[in-house]
Amino acid sequence: MKFTLSWLRDHLDTNAGLDEITETLTRIGLEVEHVEDQAKTLSAFIVAKVVSAVQHPNADKLRVCIVDIGGDEPVQVVCGAPNARGGMKSVFSPPGTYIPSKKITIAVGEIRGVESRGMLCSAAELELSDDHNGIIDLPTDAPIGMRFSEYAKIGDPVIEINLTPNRPDATSVYGIARDLAAAGLGTLKQSPINAIKGKMPCPVEVRLDFSPDNRKLCPVFALRLIENVKNVPSPDWMQKRLKAIGLRPISALVDITNYITFDRGRPLHVFDADKISGALEVRRSKTGERLLALDGKEYEFDDSAVVIADANGVESIAGIMGGEHSGCTPETTNVLVESALWDPVNIAQTGRRLGVTSDARYRFERGVDPAFNHQGIELATRLILDICGGTPSDVRVEGNIPGVTKCVIFPWSEVKRLTGLDMAEADMRLILERLGFTFSGTGEAATVSVPSWRPDIEGKADIVEEIVRIVGLDHVQNVPLKRIVTISEPVLTTIQRRTRLAKRVLATRGLVEAYTYSFVSRAEAELFGGGQPELSLANPIAADMSDMRPSLLPGLLAASQRNFDRAAYDHALFEVGQVFKGDRPADQKIAAAAIRRGLAGQGGRGRHWSDAAKPAHVFDAKADALALLASLGVSVESMQIVAGAPAWFHPGRSGTMQFGPKSVLGHFGEIHPRVLETLGIDGVVAGFELVLDALPQPKNKTTRLKPKLVASGLQPIRRDFAFVVDAAVRADDILKTARGIDRALVAGATVFDVYEGQGIEPGKKSIGIEITLRQLEKTMTDAEIEAFSAKLVAEVAKKTGGVLRG
Amino acid sequence: MSDIETLERDLGAQIEAAGDEAALETIRIATFGKTGSITALLKTLGAMQPDERKVAGPAINGLKDRLGEALARRKAILKDAALDARLAAEAVDISLPVRESAIETGRIHPVTQTIDELTAIFTDMGFAVAEGPDIETDDFNFTKLNFPPGHPAREMHDTFFFNPKPDGERLLLRTHTSPVQVRTMLAQKPPIRVICPGRTYRCDSDQTHTPMFHQVEGLVIDKTANLGQLKWILAEFCKTFFEVPNVKMRFRPSFFPFTEPSMEVDIQCRRQDGEIRFGEGEDWLEILGCGMVHPNVLRNCNVDPDEYQGYAWGMGIDRLAMLKYGISDLRPFFEADVKWLSHYGFRPLDIPSLAGGLSQ
Repeated sequence: MKFTLSWLRDHLDTNAGLDEITETLTRIGLEVEHVEDQAKTLSAFIVAKVVSAVQHPNADKLRVCIVDIGGDEPVQVVCGAPNARGGMKSVFSPPGTYIPSKKITIAVGEIRGVESRGMLCSAAELELSDDHNGIIDLPTDAPIGMRFSEYAKIGDPVIEINLTPNRPDATSVYGIARDLAAAGLGTLKQSPINAIKGKMPCPVEVRLDFSPDNRKLCPVFALRLIENVKNVPSPDWMQKRLKAIGLRPISALVDITNYITFDRGRPLHVFDADKISGALEVRRSKTGERLLALDGKEYEFDDSAVVIADANGVESIAGIMGGEHSGCTPETTNVLVESALWDPVNIAQTGRRLGVTSDARYRFERGVDPAFNHQGIELATRLILDICGGTPSDVRVEGNIPGVTKCVIFPWSEVKRLTGLDMAEADMRLILERLGFTFSGTGEAATVSVPSWRPDIEGKADIVEEIVRIVGLDHVQNVPLKRIVTISEPVLTTIQRRTRLAKRVLATRGLVEAYTYSFVSRAEAELFGGGQPELSLANPIAADMSDMRPSLLPGLLAASQRNFDRAAYDHALFEVGQVFKGDRPADQKIAAAAIRRGLAGQGGRGRHWSDAAKPAHVFDAKADALALLASLGVSVESMQIVAGAPAWFHPGRSGTMQFGPKSVLGHFGEIHPRVLETLGIDGVVAGFELVLDALPQPKNKTTRLKPKLVASGLQPIRRDFAFVVDAAVRADDILKTARGIDRALVAGATVFDVYEGQGIEPGKKSIGIEITLRQLEKTMTDAEIEAFSAKLVAEVAKKTGGVLRG
Repeated sequence: MSDIETLERDLGAQIEAAGDEAALETIRIATFGKTGSITALLKTLGAMQPDERKVAGPAINGLKDRLGEALARRKAILKDAALDARLAAEAVDISLPVRESAIETGRIHPVTQTIDELTAIFTDMGFAVAEGPDIETDDFNFTKLNFPPGHPAREMHDTFFFNPKPDGERLLLRTHTSPVQVRTMLAQKPPIRVICPGRTYRCDSDQTHTPMFHQVEGLVIDKTANLGQLKWILAEFCKTFFEVPNVKMRFRPSFFPFTEPSMEVDIQCRRQDGEIRFGEGEDWLEILGCGMVHPNVLRNCNVDPDEYQGYAWGMGIDRLAMLKYGISDLRPFFEADVKWLSHYGFRPLDIPSLAGGLSQ
């Protein structure tokens, strides 16, 4: 919403200056977005006389001018304008002046060897018009040395406010003046709008063609004919204001409607009466109907818009834009003025569907003051008669102005209750009165009647807002929030704690945290076990962002390839975030996933002199997953790691972490080469994904005490064994066998060597294990150690077929 | 006696001349070994007459002791020399680079860091952290929050929708974190103090918008909550979050369907050379929207607006991170470019806390 200061002063009697007005507007909720103060911008430009203009000695198209700027000495200026001549008056900018159109500051310069101390300006350089065919030619009586803005009376500051959608009343200069008056910035000037008596009945019939339950689409429609008008250009004062707010003056009839739209927030429409055929029919549009509108575009309707039609067809998109065919032109002599009410929701929907914006739509979709409907047509009539002459008809009115006055029972204590602000009732009343509210009743609560121009006011809270915004939110004192408990108690849930911790743990492993989009392409969703129709967006913003991600891996893999393409070949990324298994709240899970690619294994990133570079592989992913689980308090020892994982993993280089087939925590491994190929990825990528919601809940502990450390003063015994087994035997089965022999005795069992090749039969492998035996009470004898070894060898042979390597 | 002197001079010279510990050991064995020269001399004592032994005993033993000392002295010198030689041989080029450790290369995303900062601040004020699903119902995202039918936000143009189900229900991606307010109020009785950080979605993609972004919502419901408290909380939050002693704030009346009265909050800042500094300057920067929870919203969530009252605020987490850490563009937040993440991300153990400071 734009307006000028002088326009505002038409409605507001105030001594306040521009700054006070703009600050107040923002303070009361009419946020000032921009102020264009041309007088300020042009303050350095002065009226000057060109005393002489002679040919520049070194340039054909330049002249050397001696300019009288009202000072003691005339100044010399080099000027390229063809119209520069001795004796003329023009506009001069001294050195140091900022030229808005050129975004430069004038300096003393030398042009082709001749000094120039300033500039003579064209209208375009001052952004006053597009005219740059020469310097401004002022009348000869223009006083030398006077500020040009003062002389030309330009510089009515333009204020633009960023209007919230709830304030249709402030789509008018009058409404803004009313708010400022309520804020104590002056007095609202109110003058009655008198009805003008018609000289004849309105000859054009109007039919509101709606079923009873659709009446709200057009509750009231007023129409008046004015005959024998002259559609001259609108007067200068009106043109200036319209131009200042960015509207192009067209003709008096059109400009008057635009003017009232901004002045009163009351959009009107004018038809050339001679181009209307028969009665005006206000109705729903029919599918396939078309209209060439005043913006030069053709619109095609479905059956949901509301239009004004005659025997020729659609003449106007109701409440949004008129048609080219019946629009007023300079030749128009008989005009039909329309003032009607339209349904805000229908206007908004029609506008969006047709993709048409207009000042009328802007107001009708917010809600135009119903009570002003007839005053609007009278105000327009007055202006038309004054500017264009003519003879008015009576006003024909179809339908009724909706006559509902909203009332709110308002306890005066409500302001204190909701804001903490302690105000006297009289002050509150005064603010509401100035905003147009009326009251009945005395005592603790009043019945407050809401003015017709405030559809946004529905209840007590709205009235509280009116009072505090006008009095100023700065008056509301900050009140410390009382603590409920003295020392904060833990408030994070298990999953929240685990999510936070998971991120830190993965980052300490050298992984870099990514946030990728929650949606992936359909193909990616399907590759990773998703792609259900209920997780597919109806209106994705792009084809590759169409489906909710079933896994974090596709997003990370896509990110990996983008990094690879930017020459970041070795990288390790992770994400902890939501994945979607279905569309219900319980189907949304928190997953943690990571990928490593190239030389970005757990040992570090890139090549290094100290060891041979080894690309990331399945065991990097396994290590990440297990470190994470252990950090989150999951008992990794009691977990099963089963070979194989879902189809997007390499079948021979992947594993599933689980407590049983029905309690799977997640998977790790190298991504299946076929999946990588589909995603356009070369090489090996290792990764894991865990669902944090699937982890067992931590046990509810009643004590913080840790169990006693069972330690022995006796040294543990270490023994190495190497077994030759079939290549398919799992190392873990040998370790489990070892541990199972005597859980109290075996303190540790780990693999220190895996060997295949020379000396080992093909299809077999040698697995070296180190066993640590715990000596609790007494030193083991050699015989006891021998007995353990023999049992181990026998058990391993029984369980895995392995034999001790000779 | 001259034999002993000769022997001593001779052996002494041999010990001094020994070049390494092995040579010295050879001398020791030749001297003190079973067939060593001193051992042989000592053996002669047994055959001597007492008088003779009285003289020869101390002389031989003295010789033995002196040679023993000489051997030990020489041995120590040789050992030191050998160690010195070994150390010299073991010298390495300590300028060789070590591997960057994982804890140096790992990074936390700015959004995670910012959420942890917000959580540190608000949990200290007694707020819990509430969450809700990204896939929401129209009812929770719009209707219960007092969005009128036909509100532009309900159009496909602004909101991501899923396809309608057979029963006509059309789920959507939440456009704000406010549905978590609704879920919280429906699930728990006042007093309520929660913040709700999370992912939100709108059909918007340009220089300053991404179709997905992060918001945090705050909600307080009790019998005394009022605007004065809300202003205090936000002022305390801004000071603590931006880590400046004072932030000048401006509360402007505004409009949101789910709050009444509604306000937008600007903070004072200085914009200079593409940088923003808070706590100084003459410019205003909008950072959040807030207000008293609309009575219709309370009613929709089974809270009696005449008994309870409350306030709520919402702000962009990505935007807070951008402002605090001087990140100029939103889009790279979700591009997972390791160069960007390594630069704008945080070290793994830079864990924000009020006791230790939000940022390091």
